[in-house]
Amino acid sequence: MLKTRIIPCLDCKDGRVVKGVRFQELRDAGSPAELAALYEKQGADEIVVLDISATTEGRNAALATVRAVRRELSIPLTVGGGVDSAEQAGVLLDAGADKVSVNSAAVKDPRIIEAIASRYGRQCAVIAIDAARKGEGWEVVTHSGKNRTGKDVIAWAREACERGAGEVLLTSFDRDGTRSGYDLELLKAVSDAVRVPIIASGGAANAAHLLEALRAGATDVLAASIFHDGDLTVADVKRYLADNGARVRL
Amino acid sequence: MSRAIVVVRTGTANLASVRAAFERQGHAVELTQDPQRVAEAERVVLPGVGAFGASMAELVDKGLVPALIERVRKNHSLLAICVGMQLLCRESSESPGVRGLGVVDGSIGRFGGQVRVPQLGWNDVSAAPDARFVQSGVAYFANSYRLPEASAGWTASTANHGGEFVAALERGNVLACQFHPELSGAWGAALLARWVEGS
Repeated sequence: MLKTRIIPCLDCKDGRVVKGVRFQELRDAGSPAELAALYEKQGADEIVVLDISATTEGRNAALATVRAVRRELSIPLTVGGGVDSAEQAGVLLDAGADKVSVNSAAVKDPRIIEAIASRYGRQCAVIAIDAARKGEGWEVVTHSGKNRTGKDVIAWAREACERGAGEVLLTSFDRDGTRSGYDLELLKAVSDAVRVPIIASGGAANAAHLLEALRAGATDVLAASIFHDGDLTVADVKRYLADNGARVRL
Repeated sequence: MSRAIVVVRTGTANLASVRAAFERQGHAVELTQDPQRVAEAERVVLPGVGAFGASMAELVDKGLVPALIERVRKNHSLLAICVGMQLLCRESSESPGVRGLGVVDGSIGRFGGQVRVPQLGWNDVSAAPDARFVQSGVAYFANSYRLPEASAGWTASTANHGGEFVAALERGNVLACQFHPELSGAWGAALLARWVEGS
Protein backbone atom coordinates (compact mmCIF):
# COMPACT_ATOMS: atom_id res chain seq x y z
CA MET A 1 0.00 0.00 0.00
CA LEU A 2 1.08 3.54 -0.75
CA LYS A 3 2.67 5.38 2.19
CA THR A 4 2.23 8.91 3.39
CA ARG A 5 5.13 11.14 2.41
CA ILE A 6 6.80 13.36 4.98
CA ILE A 7 8.30 16.22 2.99
CA PRO A 8 10.70 18.78 4.47
CA CYS A 9 10.54 22.06 2.56
CA LEU A 10 13.57 24.24 1.96
CA ASP A 11 12.62 27.84 1.24
CA CYS A 12 15.71 29.18 -0.51
CA LYS A 13 16.78 32.72 -1.22
CA ASP A 14 19.98 33.51 -3.11
CA GLY A 15 21.16 29.93 -2.65
CA ARG A 16 20.59 29.69 1.12
CA VAL A 17 17.78 28.14 3.12
CA VAL A 18 15.67 30.73 4.88
CA LYS A 19 12.64 30.37 7.05
CA GLY A 20 9.47 32.33 6.61
CA VAL A 21 6.86 33.41 9.09
CA ARG A 22 3.79 34.30 7.09
CA PHE A 23 6.22 34.49 4.18
CA GLN A 24 8.01 37.42 5.89
CA GLU A 25 10.79 37.82 8.46
CA LEU A 26 13.40 35.57 6.93
CA ARG A 27 16.40 34.21 8.74
CA ASP A 28 19.21 32.02 7.52
CA ALA A 29 18.88 28.29 8.22
CA GLY A 30 21.78 26.75 6.34
CA SER A 31 23.04 25.17 3.16
CA PRO A 32 20.33 23.55 1.03
CA ALA A 33 22.42 20.52 0.00
CA GLU A 34 23.52 19.85 3.59
CA LEU A 35 20.01 20.13 4.97
CA ALA A 36 18.54 17.99 2.17
CA ALA A 37 21.10 15.24 2.82
CA LEU A 38 20.43 15.41 6.56
CA TYR A 39 16.68 15.06 6.02
CA GLU A 40 17.15 12.13 3.65
CA LYS A 41 19.24 10.40 6.31
CA GLN A 42 16.47 11.04 8.86
CA GLY A 43 13.97 9.32 6.54
CA ALA A 44 12.43 12.13 4.48
CA ASP A 45 10.39 10.77 1.56
CA GLU A 46 10.88 13.74 -0.72
CA ILE A 47 12.40 17.22 -0.59
CA VAL A 48 10.74 20.41 -1.84
CA VAL A 49 12.92 23.38 -2.73
CA LEU A 50 11.03 26.65 -3.14
CA ASP A 51 13.06 29.50 -4.56
CA ILE A 52 11.91 32.84 -3.20
CA SER A 53 14.70 34.91 -4.74
CA ALA A 54 13.58 38.12 -6.33
CA THR A 55 16.61 38.79 -8.54
CA THR A 56 18.28 37.22 -11.57
CA GLU A 57 21.39 36.50 -9.49
CA GLY A 58 19.20 34.80 -6.93
CA ARG A 59 17.55 32.67 -9.63
CA ASN A 60 20.91 31.55 -10.97
CA ALA A 61 21.92 30.64 -7.44
CA ALA A 62 18.74 28.57 -7.23
CA LEU A 63 19.78 26.57 -10.30
CA ALA A 64 23.14 25.85 -8.67
CA THR A 65 21.21 24.86 -5.53
CA VAL A 66 19.11 22.35 -7.46
CA ARG A 67 22.26 20.81 -8.97
CA ALA A 68 23.98 20.60 -5.58
CA VAL A 69 20.92 19.08 -3.88
CA ARG A 70 20.50 16.55 -6.71
CA ARG A 71 24.07 15.30 -6.38
CA GLU A 72 23.35 14.43 -2.74
CA LEU A 73 19.80 13.22 -2.94
CA SER A 74 18.55 9.72 -3.83
CA ILE A 75 14.92 10.58 -3.08
CA PRO A 76 12.55 12.75 -5.18
CA LEU A 77 13.12 16.48 -5.49
CA THR A 78 10.36 18.95 -6.29
CA VAL A 79 11.37 22.50 -7.22
CA GLY A 80 9.17 25.58 -7.41
CA GLY A 81 9.11 29.32 -6.97
CA GLY A 82 8.60 31.75 -9.79
CA VAL A 83 8.35 29.10 -12.53
CA ASP A 84 6.60 30.90 -15.40
CA SER A 85 7.06 28.73 -18.51
CA ALA A 86 7.40 25.11 -19.62
CA GLU A 87 10.90 26.02 -20.82
CA GLN A 88 11.89 27.12 -17.34
CA ALA A 89 10.41 23.91 -15.94
CA GLY A 90 12.63 22.05 -18.42
CA VAL A 91 15.71 23.89 -17.20
CA LEU A 92 14.92 22.90 -13.60
CA LEU A 93 14.31 19.26 -14.59
CA ASP A 94 17.64 19.23 -16.46
CA ALA A 95 19.33 20.62 -13.35
CA GLY A 96 17.99 17.73 -11.29
CA ALA A 97 14.38 18.34 -10.27
CA ASP A 98 12.01 15.38 -10.64
CA LYS A 99 8.89 17.53 -10.41
CA VAL A 100 8.19 21.22 -10.86
CA SER A 101 5.58 23.23 -8.99
CA VAL A 102 3.84 26.24 -10.46
CA ASN A 103 1.86 28.84 -8.57
CA SER A 104 1.38 32.51 -9.61
CA ALA A 105 2.15 31.91 -13.30
CA ALA A 106 -0.58 29.28 -13.51
CA VAL A 107 -3.10 31.67 -11.93
CA LYS A 108 -2.14 34.24 -14.54
CA ASP A 109 -2.21 31.80 -17.46
CA PRO A 110 -3.43 28.26 -16.63
CA ARG A 111 -2.16 26.92 -19.95
CA ILE A 112 1.29 26.57 -18.38
CA ILE A 113 -0.03 23.49 -16.55
CA GLU A 114 -1.00 21.81 -19.84
CA ALA A 115 2.34 22.80 -21.38
CA ILE A 116 4.32 21.16 -18.55
CA ALA A 117 2.04 18.10 -18.25
CA SER A 118 2.02 17.38 -21.97
CA ARG A 119 5.77 17.72 -22.30
CA TYR A 120 6.93 16.03 -19.08
CA GLY A 121 3.90 14.09 -17.89
CA ARG A 122 1.33 14.98 -15.26
CA GLN A 123 3.33 13.29 -12.50
CA CYS A 124 5.84 16.10 -13.09
CA ALA A 125 3.35 18.96 -12.82
CA VAL A 126 2.56 20.13 -9.28
CA ILE A 127 0.05 22.92 -8.74
CA ALA A 128 0.94 24.95 -5.66
CA ILE A 129 -2.03 26.83 -4.25
CA ASP A 130 -1.85 29.43 -1.48
CA ALA A 131 -5.28 29.65 0.11
CA ALA A 132 -6.62 32.44 2.35
CA ARG A 133 -9.92 32.15 4.16
CA LYS A 134 -12.65 34.36 2.76
CA GLY A 135 -16.20 34.10 4.07
CA GLU A 136 -17.33 30.46 3.97
CA GLY A 137 -14.56 29.44 1.58
CA TRP A 138 -11.02 30.20 0.50
CA GLU A 139 -9.51 32.58 -2.00
CA VAL A 140 -6.38 31.94 -4.05
CA VAL A 141 -3.64 34.41 -3.14
CA THR A 142 -0.27 34.93 -4.83
CA HIS A 143 2.89 36.96 -4.32
CA SER A 144 3.20 36.18 -0.59
CA GLY A 145 -0.43 37.03 -0.07
CA LYS A 146 -0.17 40.55 -1.45
CA ASN A 147 -2.24 39.64 -4.49
CA ARG A 148 -5.81 38.55 -3.76
CA THR A 149 -6.95 36.90 -6.98
CA GLY A 150 -10.69 36.53 -6.34
CA LYS A 151 -10.39 32.90 -7.51
CA ASP A 152 -12.12 30.23 -5.43
CA VAL A 153 -9.61 27.63 -4.21
CA ILE A 154 -11.84 24.60 -4.78
CA ALA A 155 -12.73 25.60 -8.33
CA TRP A 156 -9.10 26.42 -9.08
CA ALA A 157 -7.87 23.06 -7.74
CA ARG A 158 -10.41 21.27 -9.97
CA GLU A 159 -9.44 23.30 -13.02
CA ALA A 160 -5.71 22.81 -12.44
CA CYS A 161 -6.15 19.03 -12.21
CA GLU A 162 -8.32 18.96 -15.33
CA ARG A 163 -5.54 20.82 -17.10
CA GLY A 164 -3.00 18.19 -16.07
CA ALA A 165 -1.71 18.90 -12.58
CA GLY A 166 -0.68 15.60 -10.97
CA GLU A 167 -0.75 16.78 -7.37
CA VAL A 168 -1.75 19.74 -5.25
CA LEU A 169 0.64 21.43 -2.83
CA LEU A 170 -1.88 23.22 -0.67
CA THR A 171 -0.66 25.97 1.65
CA SER A 172 -2.86 27.77 4.11
CA PHE A 173 -1.77 31.39 3.96
CA ASP A 174 -3.54 32.10 7.24
CA ARG A 175 -1.70 29.33 9.07
CA ASP A 176 1.74 29.51 7.44
CA GLY A 177 4.38 30.17 10.08
CA THR A 178 1.84 30.48 12.90
CA ARG A 179 2.54 27.03 14.40
CA SER A 180 -1.20 26.65 15.05
CA GLY A 181 -1.72 23.55 12.87
CA TYR A 182 -2.85 23.03 9.29
CA ASP A 183 -6.20 24.40 8.09
CA LEU A 184 -8.06 21.08 8.32
CA GLU A 185 -11.28 22.26 6.72
CA LEU A 186 -9.33 23.48 3.73
CA LEU A 187 -7.59 20.09 3.40
CA LYS A 188 -10.89 18.23 3.61
CA ALA A 189 -12.59 20.47 1.07
CA VAL A 190 -9.81 20.17 -1.53
CA SER A 191 -9.20 16.45 -1.01
CA ASP A 192 -12.92 15.83 -1.54
CA ALA A 193 -12.87 17.92 -4.73
CA VAL A 194 -9.98 16.32 -6.65
CA ARG A 195 -8.58 12.80 -7.03
CA VAL A 196 -4.85 13.53 -7.13
CA PRO A 197 -2.54 13.46 -4.08
CA ILE A 198 -2.85 16.46 -1.71
CA ILE A 199 0.20 17.73 0.17
CA ALA A 200 -0.73 19.72 3.28
CA SER A 201 1.40 22.79 4.00
CA GLY A 202 1.38 25.72 6.37
CA GLY A 203 1.04 25.80 10.15
CA ALA A 204 2.65 22.62 11.50
CA ALA A 205 4.35 22.89 14.90
CA ASN A 206 4.33 19.26 16.05
CA ALA A 207 3.75 15.69 14.94
CA ALA A 208 0.13 15.73 16.10
CA HIS A 209 -0.56 18.48 13.58
CA LEU A 210 0.71 16.25 10.79
CA LEU A 211 -1.51 13.41 11.94
CA GLU A 212 -4.54 15.73 12.00
CA ALA A 213 -3.80 16.78 8.42
CA LEU A 214 -3.73 13.17 7.25
CA ARG A 215 -6.97 12.39 9.06
CA ALA A 216 -8.56 15.46 7.44
CA GLY A 217 -7.81 14.10 3.96
CA ALA A 218 -4.27 15.12 3.03
CA THR A 219 -2.32 12.24 1.49
CA ASP A 220 1.07 13.74 2.36
CA VAL A 221 2.47 16.45 4.61
CA LEU A 222 5.05 19.17 4.13
CA ALA A 223 6.74 21.10 6.92
CA ALA A 224 9.69 23.43 7.23
CA SER A 225 10.31 25.11 10.55
CA ILE A 226 9.59 22.12 12.80
CA PHE A 227 12.46 20.34 11.07
CA HIS A 228 14.76 23.36 10.60
CA ASP A 229 14.49 24.29 14.27
CA GLY A 230 15.71 20.83 15.21
CA ASP A 231 12.86 20.30 17.72
CA LEU A 232 11.89 17.13 15.89
CA THR A 233 13.66 14.96 13.35
CA VAL A 234 11.84 13.42 10.40
CA ALA A 235 12.40 10.05 12.10
CA ASP A 236 10.67 11.27 15.31
CA VAL A 237 7.67 12.41 13.31
CA LYS A 238 7.44 9.17 11.35
CA ARG A 239 7.60 7.05 14.49
CA TYR A 240 4.79 9.08 16.02
CA LEU A 241 2.67 8.76 12.88
CA ALA A 242 3.31 4.99 12.65
CA ASP A 243 2.40 4.54 16.33
CA ASN A 244 -0.88 6.29 15.56
CA GLY A 245 -1.82 4.11 12.62
CA ALA A 246 -0.50 6.10 9.66
CA ARG A 247 1.28 4.22 6.89
CA VAL A 248 4.80 5.60 6.67
CA ARG A 249 8.09 4.30 5.31
CA LEU A 250 10.32 3.50 8.28
CA MET B 1 34.47 -1.20 -9.70
CA SER B 2 33.74 1.71 -12.01
CA ARG B 3 31.62 0.78 -15.03
CA ALA B 4 30.43 2.66 -18.09
CA ILE B 5 26.68 3.20 -18.13
CA VAL B 6 25.05 4.37 -21.35
CA VAL B 7 21.77 6.19 -20.76
CA VAL B 8 19.36 6.67 -23.67
CA ARG B 9 18.57 10.37 -23.89
CA THR B 10 14.80 10.32 -24.32
CA GLY B 11 14.30 14.05 -24.07
CA THR B 12 11.56 14.01 -21.47
CA ALA B 13 13.16 12.00 -18.67
CA ASN B 14 14.64 13.04 -15.33
CA LEU B 15 18.09 12.29 -16.68
CA ALA B 16 19.91 14.27 -13.99
CA SER B 17 18.55 11.99 -11.26
CA VAL B 18 19.50 8.83 -13.16
CA ARG B 19 22.97 10.20 -13.85
CA ALA B 20 23.49 11.29 -10.23
CA ALA B 21 22.46 7.86 -8.91
CA PHE B 22 25.11 6.05 -10.97
CA GLU B 23 27.77 8.71 -10.42
CA ARG B 24 27.32 8.41 -6.64
CA GLN B 25 28.36 4.76 -7.08
CA GLY B 26 31.48 5.78 -9.00
CA HIS B 27 30.28 4.84 -12.48
CA ALA B 28 30.82 6.91 -15.62
CA VAL B 29 27.57 7.92 -17.32
CA GLU B 30 27.23 8.68 -21.02
CA LEU B 31 24.02 10.08 -22.49
CA THR B 32 23.34 9.08 -26.07
CA GLN B 33 20.79 8.97 -28.86
CA ASP B 34 23.10 7.02 -31.15
CA PRO B 35 21.53 3.66 -32.13
CA GLN B 36 24.94 2.09 -32.61
CA ARG B 37 26.02 3.02 -29.06
CA VAL B 38 22.75 1.63 -27.73
CA ALA B 39 23.31 -1.59 -29.69
CA GLU B 40 26.93 -2.09 -28.66
CA ALA B 41 27.26 -0.65 -25.14
CA GLU B 42 27.85 -3.07 -22.31
CA ARG B 43 25.10 -1.62 -20.11
CA VAL B 44 22.18 0.51 -21.26
CA VAL B 45 19.53 2.39 -19.26
CA LEU B 46 16.22 3.34 -20.86
CA PRO B 47 14.71 5.97 -18.56
CA GLY B 48 11.29 7.38 -19.05
CA VAL B 49 9.11 10.16 -17.80
CA GLY B 50 6.16 11.48 -19.76
CA ALA B 51 3.54 9.99 -22.03
CA PHE B 52 3.85 6.57 -23.70
CA GLY B 53 3.08 7.91 -27.20
CA ALA B 54 5.52 10.83 -27.05
CA SER B 55 8.29 8.64 -25.64
CA MET B 56 7.74 5.96 -28.31
CA ALA B 57 7.69 8.62 -31.06
CA GLU B 58 11.07 9.82 -29.82
CA LEU B 59 12.55 6.29 -29.99
CA VAL B 60 11.19 5.84 -33.53
CA ASP B 61 12.42 9.25 -34.61
CA LYS B 62 15.97 8.58 -33.37
CA GLY B 63 16.04 5.12 -34.96
CA LEU B 64 16.49 3.44 -31.56
CA VAL B 65 13.74 0.83 -31.83
CA PRO B 66 15.69 -2.03 -33.49
CA ALA B 67 18.70 -1.62 -31.18
CA LEU B 68 16.53 -1.78 -28.05
CA ILE B 69 14.55 -4.80 -29.28
CA GLU B 70 17.80 -6.58 -30.15
CA ARG B 71 19.25 -5.95 -26.69
CA VAL B 72 16.32 -7.70 -25.03
CA ARG B 73 16.27 -10.57 -27.55
CA LYS B 74 20.01 -11.17 -27.12
CA ASN B 75 19.84 -10.82 -23.32
CA HIS B 76 22.22 -7.86 -23.27
CA SER B 77 22.25 -5.80 -20.10
CA LEU B 78 19.36 -3.32 -20.02
CA LEU B 79 17.60 -1.37 -17.27
CA ALA B 80 14.25 0.19 -18.24
CA ILE B 81 12.69 2.65 -15.78
CA CYS B 82 9.05 3.78 -15.37
CA VAL B 83 7.72 4.63 -18.84
CA GLY B 84 10.86 2.88 -20.09
CA MET B 85 9.42 -0.37 -18.72
CA GLN B 86 6.04 0.37 -20.29
CA LEU B 87 7.69 0.96 -23.68
CA LEU B 88 8.90 -2.66 -23.63
CA CYS B 89 5.24 -3.75 -23.77
CA ARG B 90 2.90 -4.06 -26.75
CA GLU B 91 0.75 -1.00 -26.16
CA SER B 92 -0.75 1.39 -23.61
CA SER B 93 -4.25 2.77 -23.15
CA GLU B 94 -2.51 6.11 -22.49
CA SER B 95 -1.76 6.40 -26.22
CA PRO B 96 -4.19 4.21 -28.20
CA GLY B 97 -2.90 3.06 -31.57
CA VAL B 98 0.77 3.50 -30.69
CA ARG B 99 2.81 0.29 -30.84
CA GLY B 100 5.40 -0.28 -28.12
CA LEU B 101 8.63 -2.24 -28.50
CA GLY B 102 6.59 -5.41 -27.94
CA VAL B 103 9.31 -7.50 -26.30
CA VAL B 104 7.05 -7.92 -23.27
CA ASP B 105 3.71 -9.45 -24.19
CA GLY B 106 1.62 -7.11 -22.07
CA SER B 107 -0.74 -4.20 -22.33
CA ILE B 108 -0.47 -1.11 -20.10
CA GLY B 109 -3.63 0.33 -18.54
CA ARG B 110 -4.64 3.07 -16.10
CA PHE B 111 -4.96 2.40 -12.37
CA GLY B 112 -8.51 1.41 -11.49
CA GLY B 113 -10.58 1.57 -8.32
CA GLN B 114 -10.88 4.32 -5.76
CA VAL B 115 -7.21 5.21 -5.41
CA ARG B 116 -5.72 8.60 -6.17
CA VAL B 117 -3.95 8.85 -9.52
CA PRO B 118 -1.13 9.49 -10.27
CA GLN B 119 0.41 7.16 -7.73
CA LEU B 120 3.02 9.49 -6.24
CA GLY B 121 5.00 8.09 -3.38
CA TRP B 122 6.55 5.09 -1.72
CA ASN B 123 4.96 1.68 -1.98
CA ASP B 124 5.81 -1.84 -0.85
CA VAL B 125 7.41 -4.05 -3.48
CA SER B 126 7.00 -7.78 -3.02
CA ALA B 127 9.85 -9.57 -4.80
CA ALA B 128 9.18 -12.70 -6.82
CA PRO B 129 10.76 -15.76 -5.14
CA ASP B 130 13.00 -16.30 -8.17
CA ALA B 131 13.94 -12.63 -8.70
CA ARG B 132 17.68 -12.14 -9.14
CA PHE B 133 17.84 -8.34 -8.88
CA VAL B 134 14.74 -7.11 -7.03
CA GLN B 135 14.39 -7.67 -3.28
CA SER B 136 11.30 -6.86 -1.23
CA GLY B 137 11.33 -3.30 0.08
CA VAL B 138 9.81 0.14 -0.40
CA ALA B 139 10.19 1.94 -3.73
CA TYR B 140 9.26 5.37 -5.07
CA PHE B 141 6.60 5.36 -7.81
CA ALA B 142 5.32 8.20 -10.01
CA ASN B 143 2.81 6.76 -12.48
CA SER B 144 -0.80 6.81 -13.64
CA TYR B 145 -0.54 3.69 -15.82
CA ARG B 146 0.79 0.23 -15.00
CA LEU B 147 1.15 -3.33 -16.24
CA PRO B 148 -1.73 -5.14 -14.51
CA GLU B 149 -0.35 -8.68 -14.65
CA ALA B 150 2.82 -10.68 -15.19
CA SER B 151 3.80 -11.49 -18.76
CA ALA B 152 4.86 -14.93 -19.92
CA GLY B 153 8.59 -15.56 -19.71
CA TRP B 154 9.33 -12.79 -17.20
CA THR B 155 9.84 -12.88 -13.44
CA ALA B 156 7.43 -10.32 -11.98
CA SER B 157 7.69 -8.55 -8.61
CA THR B 158 4.50 -6.81 -7.55
CA ALA B 159 3.01 -3.89 -5.63
CA ASN B 160 -0.53 -2.80 -4.81
CA HIS B 161 -2.36 0.45 -5.58
CA GLY B 162 -6.09 -0.21 -5.86
CA GLY B 163 -5.15 -3.77 -6.86
CA GLU B 164 -2.00 -5.68 -7.60
CA PHE B 165 0.22 -4.53 -10.46
CA VAL B 166 3.67 -5.34 -11.79
CA ALA B 167 6.39 -3.35 -10.01
CA ALA B 168 9.29 -4.92 -11.89
CA LEU B 169 10.07 -7.52 -14.54
CA GLU B 170 13.33 -9.30 -14.97
CA ARG B 171 14.75 -11.92 -17.30
CA GLY B 172 18.44 -12.67 -17.58
CA ASN B 173 20.32 -9.39 -17.78
CA VAL B 174 17.23 -7.31 -18.45
CA LEU B 175 15.55 -5.47 -15.56
CA ALA B 176 12.47 -3.30 -16.00
CA CYS B 177 11.15 -1.25 -13.06
CA GLN B 178 7.86 0.63 -12.86
CA PHE B 179 9.27 2.45 -9.84
CA HIS B 180 12.27 4.79 -9.88
CA PRO B 181 15.29 2.97 -8.40
CA GLU B 182 17.29 6.19 -8.78
CA LEU B 183 14.85 7.90 -6.37
CA SER B 184 14.29 4.99 -3.99
CA GLY B 185 16.95 5.84 -1.43
CA ALA B 186 19.37 3.20 -0.16
CA TRP B 187 17.09 0.36 -1.29
CA GLY B 188 17.09 1.69 -4.85
CA ALA B 189 20.84 2.29 -4.82
CA ALA B 190 21.42 -1.32 -3.75
CA LEU B 191 19.20 -2.53 -6.61
CA LEU B 192 21.15 -0.43 -9.13
CA ALA B 193 24.39 -1.88 -7.76
CA ARG B 194 23.08 -5.45 -8.11
CA TRP B 195 22.09 -4.77 -11.71
CA VAL B 196 25.42 -3.15 -12.59
CA GLU B 197 27.46 -5.95 -11.04
CA GLY B 198 25.20 -8.82 -11.99
CA SER B 199 24.24 -8.12 -15.58
